[in-house]
Amino acid sequence: MDHALPVICAAIMAVSIIMYVVMDGFDLGIGILFRFAPDDRARDTMMAAVAPVWDGNETWLVLGGTVLFAAFPTAYSVLLPALYLPLVVMLVALIFRGVAFEFRARATTGRRWWDRAFFAGSTTATVAQGIVLGAFIQGVDTDDAAFAGGSFDWLAPFALFCGIALAAGYALLGATWMVMKTEGTLQAWSRRRAVGSLAAVMVAVAVVSLWTPLAHPAIAQRWFAWPNILWLSPVPMVTALAAAGLLRALRRGDEGTPFVLAVALFLLSYLGLAISLFPAIVPPEITIWAAASAPSSQRFLLWGIGIALPVIFAYTAYSYRVFRGKASADDAYH
Amino acid sequence: MDSLDPLVLSRVQFGVTIGFHILFPSLTIGLAGWLAILEVRWLRTSDALVERLLRLWTKVFAVAFGMGVVSGIVLSYEFGTNWSAFSQRAGNVLGPLLSYEVLTAFFLEASFLGIMLFGWSRVPRAMHCFATSAVAIGTVISAFWILAANSWMQTPSGYRVQDGVFMPVDWFAIVFNPSFPYRFAHMVTAAYLTAGFVVAGVGAWHVLRQRCIAEGRAMLAAALPLIAILAPLQILIGDQHGLEVRDHQPAKLAAIEAHWKSGGPMKLVLSAWPDMAAAQNRAELAVPSLGSLILTHSWDGPVAGLDAFPRADWPNVPVVFWSFRIMVGIGFAMLFLGAAGAILWWRGRLFDSRWYLRLMALATPAGFIAVLAGWVTAEVGRQPWLIQGLMRTSEGVSPVPGGSVAFSLALFVTVYGVIFGAGVYYVVRLLRDGPAVPIRSVGE
Repeated sequence: MDHALPVICAAIMAVSIIMYVVMDGFDLGIGILFRFAPDDRARDTMMAAVAPVWDGNETWLVLGGTVLFAAFPTAYSVLLPALYLPLVVMLVALIFRGVAFEFRARATTGRRWWDRAFFAGSTTATVAQGIVLGAFIQGVDTDDAAFAGGSFDWLAPFALFCGIALAAGYALLGATWMVMKTEGTLQAWSRRRAVGSLAAVMVAVAVVSLWTPLAHPAIAQRWFAWPNILWLSPVPMVTALAAAGLLRALRRGDEGTPFVLAVALFLLSYLGLAISLFPAIVPPEITIWAAASAPSSQRFLLWGIGIALPVIFAYTAYSYRVFRGKASADDAYH
Repeated sequence: MDSLDPLVLSRVQFGVTIGFHILFPSLTIGLAGWLAILEVRWLRTSDALVERLLRLWTKVFAVAFGMGVVSGIVLSYEFGTNWSAFSQRAGNVLGPLLSYEVLTAFFLEASFLGIMLFGWSRVPRAMHCFATSAVAIGTVISAFWILAANSWMQTPSGYRVQDGVFMPVDWFAIVFNPSFPYRFAHMVTAAYLTAGFVVAGVGAWHVLRQRCIAEGRAMLAAALPLIAILAPLQILIGDQHGLEVRDHQPAKLAAIEAHWKSGGPMKLVLSAWPDMAAAQNRAELAVPSLGSLILTHSWDGPVAGLDAFPRADWPNVPVVFWSFRIMVGIGFAMLFLGAAGAILWWRGRLFDSRWYLRLMALATPAGFIAVLAGWVTAEVGRQPWLIQGLMRTSEGVSPVPGGSVAFSLALFVTVYGVIFGAGVYYVVRLLRDGPAVPIRSVGE
């Protein structure tokens, strides 16, 4: 059982991260697109499409951070110093994004400044998260389970590329969320943004899928060695199918399907990453077992998660149900 | 030498970020409770005045809560970014406590906040009232877990040490460690007092300005009973908390009282400049035997002084001594304002006593200052320990160069300055125009 505990905790961790990526992904994506919105009324509608739910969405980031702390303190205490600068920039950017919701509603003459803060905060936070992801895949220098690298180790072409790639991905989530939540000209505008983001995302997915095995022989081995290639080949194929389906749904005028397929694209890319990296929690060397906290800590944590998470899912679903339907610019303020 | 010491900079940064953050929960814990009570009243009476108060203060709550959320996320990552050696050794114990805070409080608050702010016309009134209550309960649950974690660092229990790492042995003992019940009661009461003084102060201001008089009076009437009851109660809780500190963190207590030489009878130093180098007080003003009376409940009971501890284990005495006196001074001022308000009200002169209304308006930020001063007392008083008696602060810092921390510190100070300025400006403007502005009613 003690051997399985870290695997269960890693699964919970993975769920927290993907919940965050998908849910705050569409919030942040709308922030990225905010700069290009046709007019003020469109901006109000975009705000209204996420204002009641963004706080709950962002909470998954806090859960991810604290579960990492509780279940894998070694990973937490290696990764966070290693990614110090991008994480600090992300946190500060999330501050601007977060306060913009309320401040924009309260401001009169200063509103356009909070519009800018919302766009810049969302975009910077996203790029920083992408850099964190890229640096994580690149791997971290460790010595005796402590960070042993430099402040700028993360600064590499691959990590920067991941930053831009994630911005395209979140923009796709945001645009497809907008397709679902808006109507008329704003919906048509969102559809065009979704098609553009999708093209960028597919290029990015292809580049990352080639770059990682080329740069990391162990990852190449995992994907291309026999018989793995047999089991794993459906992942890229289903990804391509999902992308084609998404493009078709956008062209056909579907409202809900594009968002669902965009989420599917994220899940598949995420699965690909998990396949590449498992069981490392600090690539390339530290595994989930080496980084695990005491079994009694993990057990206490899992009790809490087992009881609380179903309840959280229930009231989160309720909250989304309350705010279902098209967003209206008049709902941007309370 | 390296002039950018990551340890010093990380300590300053943690102090700045947590000091900034603590301001918002200090207000929102109590404010959410009052909003829930207001909403129950509105549900029962549909009173238009109650609705105006509810709508206005919900907006204020939203601004403060948003700032609390975004500044709180920083803290959950800062344990790792700046205190990784500490996280590595204490993660087994503290990680689950912080996770429980997210699982039982943050999601609850965040999800129902959306309904509280944007759900007025989307859910039935009873459901909206439930959402507000859920947020109010969530804020207290959040305080429960984070104070359990903080208290464990002050008075650790329920653990064993294995290869320098803290291993949990008894979760009940970890959560309900010796200082936790006192700290939890003290902090939640402080938060309710903080909100009480904000609401009362704004009410007094409106009555003084002869604008929104009915609303202003209602705010005063709502907050004064709370202040009159909680201010004396808080002094009792603080006294009990002090006795707990005497037993579990005697060096902190000695620093609080600037008590250098062990023994009794101990005088109570009212004012002094504690000189750490000379280990004595300068310009001292003290009452004989009163220290013993307060701390041992006898006239000559002995109390451990700083001489009972190696100098390397002393906290910064002047900081702890004075922050404690600021907190206690405000506490007694609150007691006076609560009692005076009750007497004036009883005599029917509350709303005509301009001197009293002016004092209350001035006291609007009193709770925030007391909370910050109390927090400095508790945290600086724990130094040089990160975990009392077990791990020094200097052992906890991350292997991050000083330059990086200097950059992040400068960034936080700048950003928090801008955000704080804007937030205060918007809240003051909301409250100034607040109840006079007609508000859309439900269903419109």
